[in-house]
Amino acid sequence: MTTDLAIEVAGLRKSFGELSVLSGVEFGVARGSVFALLGPNGSGKTTTVRILATLIRADAGHARIDGLDLVRDRHRVRRRISLTGQYAAIDGLQTGEENLRMMARLCGLRGGWARQRAAELLERFDLTGAGNRLVRTYSGGMRRRLDLAASLVGQPSVIFLDEPTTGLDVRSRQAMWEVVTSLTDSGVTVFLTTQYLEEADRLADRVAVLDGGRVLAEGTADELKERVAGQLLDLVTVDSAAFAAVTRALGDRAVALDRAALSVAVPTDGTAAHVRTLLDELDPGRQLLRRFSIRTATLDDAFIALTGHTATTPQPEKESARV
Amino acid sequence: MSDLATSPAAVPGRAHSPVGDTLVMIRRAVRLSRRNIDALLTAVLLPAMIMLLFVYLFGGAIRTSTEYVNYALPGVLVLCTGFVSAQTAVAVTQDLQEGIVDRFRSMDIGGAAILAGHVAASVVRTVWAGVVMLAVALLIGFRPDANAFEWLAALGIVQLFVLAVSWLAAVFGLLSRTPEGANGFAFFLMFLPYPSSAFVPIETMPGWLRPIAEHQPVTPVIETLRGLLIGMPGTDRAGVAVLWCTGIVLAAVAVAAVLFRRRTS
Repeated sequence: MTTDLAIEVAGLRKSFGELSVLSGVEFGVARGSVFALLGPNGSGKTTTVRILATLIRADAGHARIDGLDLVRDRHRVRRRISLTGQYAAIDGLQTGEENLRMMARLCGLRGGWARQRAAELLERFDLTGAGNRLVRTYSGGMRRRLDLAASLVGQPSVIFLDEPTTGLDVRSRQAMWEVVTSLTDSGVTVFLTTQYLEEADRLADRVAVLDGGRVLAEGTADELKERVAGQLLDLVTVDSAAFAAVTRALGDRAVALDRAALSVAVPTDGTAAHVRTLLDELDPGRQLLRRFSIRTATLDDAFIALTGHTATTPQPEKESARV
Repeated sequence: MSDLATSPAAVPGRAHSPVGDTLVMIRRAVRLSRRNIDALLTAVLLPAMIMLLFVYLFGGAIRTSTEYVNYALPGVLVLCTGFVSAQTAVAVTQDLQEGIVDRFRSMDIGGAAILAGHVAASVVRTVWAGVVMLAVALLIGFRPDANAFEWLAALGIVQLFVLAVSWLAAVFGLLSRTPEGANGFAFFLMFLPYPSSAFVPIETMPGWLRPIAEHQPVTPVIETLRGLLIGMPGTDRAGVAVLWCTGIVLAAVAVAAVLFRRRTS
């Protein structure tokens, strides 16, 4: 029922002029969970977030947050949500403390309370030492942390994070992941978008794969991986002619084509018998394959199998999966 | 709904009011404007330079019925306060571009509060510009002939003009895609006072230009200031000046409201 879902979305559509961005998006997010919307650039992730954060209106469909209608109850919705966009929405010419205090005032906290809340958040995000410096002197990672801190000032129950780690170095990304994980300890619901499969895998309780304006699959990261297969047989071919022959023989079964590395993967149950059968079938003359290995499928594989291309760059040779 | 009782938004002392939001936004914009050193220097130095330029370079060649510094001061005042308020456009565009407006909107802060903040900051900036300009003018021989009431009236008219330009600039800021584009408005404002009685008497202009110079909004503002500060005829145009400025404020606020909604949805 509505009470255990923090976000419910049904039949969401949105076009900008001729361009249809969302064509019937549906999903539900359980209260207190982390939900990742995974998709390549241009798949409609940001549009979905902007609709859910009440910044733009959908053309059709409806969405509820904490059971409140996004359009009819938008003022009440706004008191329960916070948005952290792709670009840090904080003032470079204010100090970290001033930014947070301003947000606290806007959330209705009076002087002393606002000061206290700002101090708490600086402490929690490891920014106390930098609190009195202008934000424009901050590093990218510090900026993101402050941005996230600013979004928590009003104690929202649903937090939207639009690509929270895009453009961050590895260390800052790790730090950000820890912060996101710690958020759910306090019972808030986190909705994040990402184009990094690893990020969705690490953080999210459930993942929805968005491509071409619709949700192609939804489930836990493990469920999505199992859609491809529990195991994959990775094959490295000897040259590009062999690569072409093997992928032709595999047809639809080919999963992770990599022309540059001359490698391709095929689902298997992992038994010796099945692997032997596959190898014999694909390379009867024992000339085409250089090496093979067996591994557990990653979310990457699931993503490619679902969308027909990789998460970051579309692959021109296989575009059939878009329905 | 039962979840209302456990709403995590129940922050102590929470009270969300449009007036409170606007005050916070004003404080923010004033602070940002004060820390924007380039804009601040422009606001303070430009008026002084223009003043010196007109009085010492052009002043000798222009014949007016009074000392040129007295004649030119109202024009320079209008030119410079106009230029300084026009920078509101840049601040508005920057806010829209940097995504902070999205955050404010998702917090239920209205566009009116955000824009009013920038307009208020503009008023504060122009007060500084005005003070510097008057100081320089007094140093180089400006001798006003105004009583306390006339000073207050002059201040009022300048502020009304600043409000009009700032709101117009906010509209322009909402229309621009980049801060560089928004900066163009300041240049437009920089040239608006030339075809007016700001620096040369209108009678010296070609016939086709005179009606434009006579009836454009800057002229009545300048003539009113001249009347108030140095006792030249012109105070009779105060009504027209007030009407122009008030009209522009009302129209610009209405257009800004529509544009803000359109730009952010």
